[in-house]
Amino acid sequence: MQLLVNIVVLTATYALISCGYVLIYRVSRVLNLAHGALMMLGAYLLLSTALVFHGNPVLSLLMAAALSLVVGILVYVFLMHRMTGQSVLAAVLATIALSIMLRGGIALVWSAQSRQPIQHLGVSNPTIAILGAAHTSACSLLLVAVAGVVYALLFLFMRFSRWGLRMRAVGQAPLLAAQRGISIHGIYALAWALSAFTGAAAGVLLSLNSGLDSTMALVGLQAFPAALVGGLDSLGGALAGSLIVAVTEVLLIHYVDPLLSSAAPFLVLIVMLVIRPWGLFGTQEQLDRV
Amino acid sequence: MFSRTPRPATRRLPIPAWVLRAIASRRGRLGLAVGAAALLVIPFVASSYELDLANQVLLASVGALALMLLTGFAGQISLGHAGLMAAGAFTVGIAYKEFGAPFWVALPASAVLGAMLGLIFGLPSVRLRGLYLAVSTLALHFVVIYLCGEYETNRAMSSAIMVNAPVVFGHQIYGDRIWYFLLLAAVVVTLILCANLLRSRTGRAWGAIRTNETVAAAMGINVPRYKLLAFVISATVTTVSGALFAYQRGFVSVDAFSFYLTIQYVAMIIIGGMPSLAGALLGATFIVLLPHAIQGVLLPMLGADNPGSAFAAIYAAFGAVMIFFLMFEPRGLLGAWRRIQRRLRFKRVPLGEVSE
Repeated sequence: MQLLVNIVVLTATYALISCGYVLIYRVSRVLNLAHGALMMLGAYLLLSTALVFHGNPVLSLLMAAALSLVVGILVYVFLMHRMTGQSVLAAVLATIALSIMLRGGIALVWSAQSRQPIQHLGVSNPTIAILGAAHTSACSLLLVAVAGVVYALLFLFMRFSRWGLRMRAVGQAPLLAAQRGISIHGIYALAWALSAFTGAAAGVLLSLNSGLDSTMALVGLQAFPAALVGGLDSLGGALAGSLIVAVTEVLLIHYVDPLLSSAAPFLVLIVMLVIRPWGLFGTQEQLDRV
Repeated sequence: MFSRTPRPATRRLPIPAWVLRAIASRRGRLGLAVGAAALLVIPFVASSYELDLANQVLLASVGALALMLLTGFAGQISLGHAGLMAAGAFTVGIAYKEFGAPFWVALPASAVLGAMLGLIFGLPSVRLRGLYLAVSTLALHFVVIYLCGEYETNRAMSSAIMVNAPVVFGHQIYGDRIWYFLLLAAVVVTLILCANLLRSRTGRAWGAIRTNETVAAAMGINVPRYKLLAFVISATVTTVSGALFAYQRGFVSVDAFSFYLTIQYVAMIIIGGMPSLAGALLGATFIVLLPHAIQGVLLPMLGADNPGSAFAAIYAAFGAVMIFFLMFEPRGLLGAWRRIQRRLRFKRVPLGEVSE
């Protein structure tokens, strides 16, 4: 039972993080390895807003969410906008460099000490028993709920809204989309904003649960095998991939070796790359060279 | 199509092209002599801090050359460089701790392991390209690091594995000055190896694969074979550099081989300028010296009691420099240098005599 709860929570964590990878990749074919750092930035932004709007959790959460949207747009406008049209390697490296810069900048601004944003927010995080047998924390349950809501909204947005349709069109054929009058740069910026937003949501919820320090960027990196296993351009795939990775990780930790936790997602990834490189639900594509 | 430098058929000596070009002119000869003399004099005039830096530069140069061969010349992206170095260092550490193996056993052992790992790291490249290849090498990096961490936790009580200074011909190799010459020799050997490979059939095959895989296959090049060869050779050199790192430091710890180290090596070849062997050396020098330069500027400003934020500033500045090069100077330092050179030349030569 406890294992099952652990699997659900970890699946939700990975799913919430990996949808950020999928959003950007689906629209602009860029693998954003700075996602972990953006997550961390979102959590630190909450820390700051919690200090500013002291004792008002809702307002500070809303401010942090708005700021993370702005961060996503800024990243696109100042960095990725200039990297469009360059090689895959250059774009990926730009995101890695961004991640390094953000991590350094965060340590400069907020210091590298471990923080507990939940204390500043003025809410508690009680342990909750589920069906008597298993335990988890309130924030973990919240994380599962948020992941569910985010996925439902993203699905509806991509499927039925006009902007979602535009995003899919740009992802499929940027040139044709541009000729039909869709503002490609606007769409790309939107994808980055949404991705930074969902990442920040994941970062905030994780930091409420287990505190906040520089290791969070690594958590973000661990989630990207989930996105790739499911298929980098499929939201449903990200959910399935998260489930597969989470099940493997929890079972390996429980039955084999706790140290495996950091390697487990990548073991799944290697197996997937050997069998079906484009993932469970991804589209097979001809990749360009360096 | 495959290379920009002309290849006269008479060139058979194992010497890089730019050295030969330099020897051809009097000014080039002078420059070479001064450079060589400077390299030999450094260990006798430098302070121990500067000598340590020089050793770091030389060590990084070996690794950067290996990565340049793979990514710059063969066009295969790898994000598993730190994993390979860790494998080399841990081969030395384990061979020493478990069997007390001497230098001349542990070093070849790490090279053999490197060749095998190169084959494993390279296998995905037969099917995958670009992004997916980068991701698969990254995944292998984490697996290697996990195995090393596992060994460190279980056998060394989570602390670093100590390695004694190697003994060669009855002499203990100890001290920065001896290491300087040893590492310098390693760089020269690697440089000659790379330069020769690139001038051979193999190097031309790599160039063809980098330019266009489909065309390369159509021209009769066995693409999977040469890709794997690139991975094997690069990985062998990389693990040996990891092994040298272990001996020079005197201890092995998995903490030294994070993903950040991989990024530093990738930054070296980008900032140096791809594809070029000189670019790898230039980039290695730049990346190794960059944090110390920043520290030299920042520490007086921040005050010496603030090492934590100095570290963070170095981290941030490293990212910023990398972004700068990716955005504004994708051809790296070498590209910038060529552009400056061209501009200067255009100013000096009257318009009518420009032949280019």
